[in-house]
Amino acid sequence: MQSTALTGGFAKAPQDAARAFRAVMNVMARPGLIETLTGAKPPAPLSDAAGTLALTLLDGSTPVHLAGALDCKDVRDWITFHTGAPFTGREHCAFAFGLWSDLLPLAGYPIGNPEYPDRGATLVVEMPALTASGVTLSGPGIKDAAALNLPDRAAFRANAMQFPLGLDFFFTSENRIAALPRSTKVEAA
Amino acid sequence: MYVAVKGGEKAIDAAHAWLAEERRGDVTVPELSVAQIREQMALAVNRVMAEGSLYDPDLAALAIKQARGDLIEAIFLIRAYRTTLPRFGYSNPVDTEKMACDRRISATFKDAPGGQVLGPTFDYTHRLLDFKLAADGEVPEAPTRETQTGPVPHITDFLNQEGLIQTEPTSDEAPRDLTREPLELPADRALRLQSLTRGDEGFILGMAYSTQRGYARNHAFVGELRIGTCAVEMDIPELGFAVEIGEIELTECETVNQFAGSKTEPPQFTRGYGLVFGQTERKAISMALVDRALRWQEMGEDNLGAAAQDAEFVLYHADNIQATGFLEHIKLPHYVDFQSELELVRKMRADAQAQTMPEAAE
Amino acid sequence: MTQDYNFAYLDEQTKRMIRRAILKGLAVPGYQVPFASREMPMPYGWGTGGVQVSASILTPEDTMKVIDQGADDTTNAVSIRKFFEKTAGVATSEETSKADVIQTRHRIPEQDLREDQILVYQVPIPEPLRFLEPRETETRKMHALEEYGLMHVKLYEDISKNGAISTSYAYPVKVEGRYVMDPSPIPKFDNPKLEMAAVQLFGAGREQRIYALPPYTRVVSLDFEDYPFEPSKADHACDLCGSDTSYLDEVIMDDAGGRMFVCSDTDFCRSRRAAGHVGAQGVPFEEDAA
Repeated sequence: MQSTALTGGFAKAPQDAARAFRAVMNVMARPGLIETLTGAKPPAPLSDAAGTLALTLLDGSTPVHLAGALDCKDVRDWITFHTGAPFTGREHCAFAFGLWSDLLPLAGYPIGNPEYPDRGATLVVEMPALTASGVTLSGPGIKDAAALNLPDRAAFRANAMQFPLGLDFFFTSENRIAALPRSTKVEAA
Repeated sequence: MYVAVKGGEKAIDAAHAWLAEERRGDVTVPELSVAQIREQMALAVNRVMAEGSLYDPDLAALAIKQARGDLIEAIFLIRAYRTTLPRFGYSNPVDTEKMACDRRISATFKDAPGGQVLGPTFDYTHRLLDFKLAADGEVPEAPTRETQTGPVPHITDFLNQEGLIQTEPTSDEAPRDLTREPLELPADRALRLQSLTRGDEGFILGMAYSTQRGYARNHAFVGELRIGTCAVEMDIPELGFAVEIGEIELTECETVNQFAGSKTEPPQFTRGYGLVFGQTERKAISMALVDRALRWQEMGEDNLGAAAQDAEFVLYHADNIQATGFLEHIKLPHYVDFQSELELVRKMRADAQAQTMPEAAE
Repeated sequence: MTQDYNFAYLDEQTKRMIRRAILKGLAVPGYQVPFASREMPMPYGWGTGGVQVSASILTPEDTMKVIDQGADDTTNAVSIRKFFEKTAGVATSEETSKADVIQTRHRIPEQDLREDQILVYQVPIPEPLRFLEPRETETRKMHALEEYGLMHVKLYEDISKNGAISTSYAYPVKVEGRYVMDPSPIPKFDNPKLEMAAVQLFGAGREQRIYALPPYTRVVSLDFEDYPFEPSKADHACDLCGSDTSYLDEVIMDDAGGRMFVCSDTDFCRSRRAAGHVGAQGVPFEEDAA
């Protein structure tokens, strides 16, 4: 195991994780809101925000799928050492991390079932940047309307059409995070 | 003039101080030590360990002392303590065939290899108050005999050799953990057994008794009841083998139940199973009867609508910590909801009155 | 045998499990997410669900407020507040406007909550259909199929029998046109406030369920066109602060039927009196007078 795997965790796990979760919860409760998320220093190419999210939410009971370039030894070792989360394919994952193009197609991920819609997977999409512009969002958590530079439109509309089933998304870039739950309506800009 | 009642915090502190005083009782009477409770109230300790789901006689004894002998309160203390403990891993299944038995009886056979061992049982005591115990009586030493070593095969296995009793399916699949995952129905047998073994002794006893009285009767005999100690082993991945991390006392009961058969299967006896921490045989037998009743679907039996057949009913109501908490919460203030009921009843009465006396209302 | 507890009591693995459940609850508003509730050091039915949710969302910098029946000084509210002071070391306050996290039993504060506040409800029976159908296996199917006819039949039977819907608290709501949800046993007077700027989290410990309402989620109290939902309260003004918009407790004063009405939200009443409002039986406010 590389030494990079052992470093970059939370300095004070209970407090750091609590602060991180507050940011994570805020963005999930307010689709389109962009917050700062720091605390962990993961190895490249995982962003600080995605790494912090991983330490906040992953453990031995959350199968993880790493897509594309994120599926590398450094990232795997780091996640294993700090969280113990098992790695799996997209069809059995609770969380998936990757670039949008690497995560596609969305069809293969668990979307929950009518009795347990909470079993839909959470996808963490690494982005070049996050800006409050682009696609218009409305629905729970949004007073009138919000905007976010989603990497696609049709895919998220299709996902929302399946409500209450579906996938939930975080978007991360460096130390910033935003979210898009399945409940959000995605409209033309 | 009304002044809102303040001082909840002071009242709570005073109540706690009073409780501590009552717990100690008359200070001219010597205080009980945790060791005394552990040694001399062992069956209470066992029940607290079983329903608390934590094998630690010292902590159970401490909980009984702290709870003033209220066992459900003591179980609650243990559960709340247990839930915060870090998990290092899961042990391997205990091998009860290697149990060092203090007690081993069978109702289905007159004798068995290894013999019937009564052990330290109340069974044939005459229930007469022993006033000698009120004075400090010395205990005469109990006779001993040579310890038997080696495996102690289960008595139901003798039936199995003839194919007379149903073979239980074996699986290497890790069972789900009731204390780490929310209960989901239908629950498989491993989950049901977990729920029963930590369920309230009185509740499980009542359910078991109801099956004997005809509510899903399943004609149980105690095939074997054994009490003794078993080694607990855990796989250590770094070592590549399992090491013994301690031993625990267990009570195991296998019942032999009415046979079932079908066009494809010749008639066979069936089983119920109970396994409980400590010397807890009332609980283990009860558990086996309820386990058997809950297996009606798997056995192709009819749903007789009996409570003991209803997994959802049994599993949702067996836990005394859940039950007592919800029962007792009705002591808490509910005056806001009561006020809204009061307003609604007043309004409905006013409306009704207006309807029966339309002239007066106009 | 002493024990040091983790920040906010729960171990990190438990908090992660609850945090994941909260996120799914926010993603599917009104749906009850199963979670592996832990035994807490207070009894089930006394707020263990709310306590577990609060313990999982609190940060060291937060100020917390705990109310029961709208009051900060009810014994169980005092007990829960002390628990978090001790295990999380957070600041506490009785002032609604100063709190980041408010844990409540049976009330929504009168004062509008802000976007940066979180309201945590203690829930005894999270399933709105439970009193119509005791089986979890059945009610789960009903939610899955959006089969809520039974609830409407019950409300309609109320009307035909009593001339009105006879539910006055824990009045069921429909969330974003999809899930029927139990708002916890708040008086129906509070239902309109469920559409708010703050995040609302609901924790049911014994029943092992968490659910959530993101800010501004559409929440509609079930009713019929000819029998519309009516929030109601005692037809009085607060005798201490004079408010005629707040929910009131009726307090019995003597054996002769004497009574007065006072705000159930003690902080709301206190702040009105501090601002100079005086009710019919009130006296001018003095700091620490009560």
